[in-house]
Amino acid sequence: MKITKEEVIHVADLARLDMGEEAIDGFADQIGNILTYVDTLKQVDTTDVDATTHAISLSNVFREDEEKTPIARDAAQANAPEKEDGLFLVPKVIDG
Amino acid sequence: MMLHELSIHRAHVLLRQKEISSRELTRALLDRVGALEDRVGAFITLLEEQAMEQAEDADHSISKGKLTPLTGIPLAIKDLICTKGIRTTCASKILENFIPPYDATVMERLNSAGAILIGKANMDEFAMGSSTENSRMKITCNPWDLTRIPGGSSGGPAAAVAADMCLGALGSDTGGSIRQPASHCGVVGMKPTYGRVSRFGLVAFASSLDQIGPLTKDVTDSALLMNVIAGFDPADSTSVPEDVPDYTRYLTPDLEGLTIGVPREYSEVPSDNATQGVDPEVAGAVEKALEKLEALGARRVEISLPHTEYAVAVYYVIAPSEASSNLARYDGVKYGFRSREADDLMEMYRDTRSSGFGPEVQRRIILGTYSLSSGYYDAYYKKASQVRTMIIDDFNQAFKTCDVIVSPVAPTPAFRIGEKTDDPLRMYLSDIFTLSANLAGIPAMSVPCGFSSTGLPIGLQLMGKHFDEGLLFRAAYGFEQATDFHKRKPELAA
Repeated sequence: MKITKEEVIHVADLARLDMGEEAIDGFADQIGNILTYVDTLKQVDTTDVDATTHAISLSNVFREDEEKTPIARDAAQANAPEKEDGLFLVPKVIDG
Repeated sequence: MMLHELSIHRAHVLLRQKEISSRELTRALLDRVGALEDRVGAFITLLEEQAMEQAEDADHSISKGKLTPLTGIPLAIKDLICTKGIRTTCASKILENFIPPYDATVMERLNSAGAILIGKANMDEFAMGSSTENSRMKITCNPWDLTRIPGGSSGGPAAAVAADMCLGALGSDTGGSIRQPASHCGVVGMKPTYGRVSRFGLVAFASSLDQIGPLTKDVTDSALLMNVIAGFDPADSTSVPEDVPDYTRYLTPDLEGLTIGVPREYSEVPSDNATQGVDPEVAGAVEKALEKLEALGARRVEISLPHTEYAVAVYYVIAPSEASSNLARYDGVKYGFRSREADDLMEMYRDTRSSGFGPEVQRRIILGTYSLSSGYYDAYYKKASQVRTMIIDDFNQAFKTCDVIVSPVAPTPAFRIGEKTDDPLRMYLSDIFTLSANLAGIPAMSVPCGFSSTGLPIGLQLMGKHFDEGLLFRAAYGFEQATDFHKRKPELAA
């Protein structure tokens, strides 16, 4: 299945990726080839077949609701690129 | 025998008998790494100082008579398993400076057992790849032929074990990432049943497929590492509350009563331009291995896995879909790399992700986002999840007539560095034999079963029923004891 340059740009946008102009053509070709290959799945009759999301059947596992100490805030934030007063800093979200 | 050449179980005996100290052993391994790392490139981070401190602690425990089979044993860990206070990069620019504030459960278990961490090993970025060429840190070379890939994505751990740069290692396997590099580097690799080993602290790629497992010099060492890392963990919601046997109990040379299934479809892997089919030397080595297993008392039956030809397509929808969701968390806010170019939040996300992720990771995020997007979900993600059910049913049927399924691990021995980098689909197709075990959640391992005429290792894959790792160890151990492929070492003058 062919995928157009515009579709790649759209999907990249959904995934918050910004492909360079020159990369897009290559990506569109490669992803098109992969999707053509994936289209072989259309040959399989899957009427009434359940979808599997998890290969091992697990039932819900309960535990006592106990108080525990989580990772300290400073430790949890130690890797943040920018922080202030225990908060994460990001570039501005609204104009004004 | 040089100290770095020891297996875990041999080193343990020498440590227990106080013939060597953990400090001597760890020093020997670090020196070996120092001599070979320039050529092999197995490690992203080396922990020389810390390893020597751990070795001192280990020697102290041993002097008091306190030791487990892993006390004082130097190991390498794939760099996507979180290590508290030690950089964990996933071989990605986006996690280049990430220092986890906690240990993965498997690390806690190894630490409690007294094991020594000598370094964090190289891999394909976010474990996406079959050659370790997608690492954004360095290239890892196959110790058997430095112009060839070590396999992937656990190429660093496999190369480190093969080159005697550690006594054993942990990797992760989402579609073959332990077994295929083990096969290409001539070591033993085990992907446990899904849910058998905690994924807590394993950086997620595809959450319904990922498992952590050992890469080792022999089957005994694999069982010893599994004894430590396997078991229920409340911190992993998909961890299975099943008892873990002592896997060393299965290490018996007798294969009497074992039924080996050989899938008819695996000899019919299409030989088109893309796959080139199975290399005759690989097919020959696997056939000889089957004859050996029969000679040891196993019975061979033909089985059928009719949906084998769809495994690659199913996998390359499901794994990228899960990855696109898992990797949404890398936004430059809470941890990891942030692009400083952007003026507003949306631009910061885009810049951060576009320069933080390499091409293969971006390709899979786009493929996954596409498969999950409105209008395509039914045709791709849902369809693939249904065919996944049929692949699982194939295995359930097959295991009614056999105990263990045998196949090649990879269609060819290790290929040359750069040979497949410009054709992702061709790279994906080389995973044909390993992907199904992840889709079905079953345990599978790779054991050395021969060499090509050019001296490259060839691996044999053994697959078992859910939670039947023990039987795989039995078959693998029986085979190993009757052969000497695992004793051969690559020629790497230090």
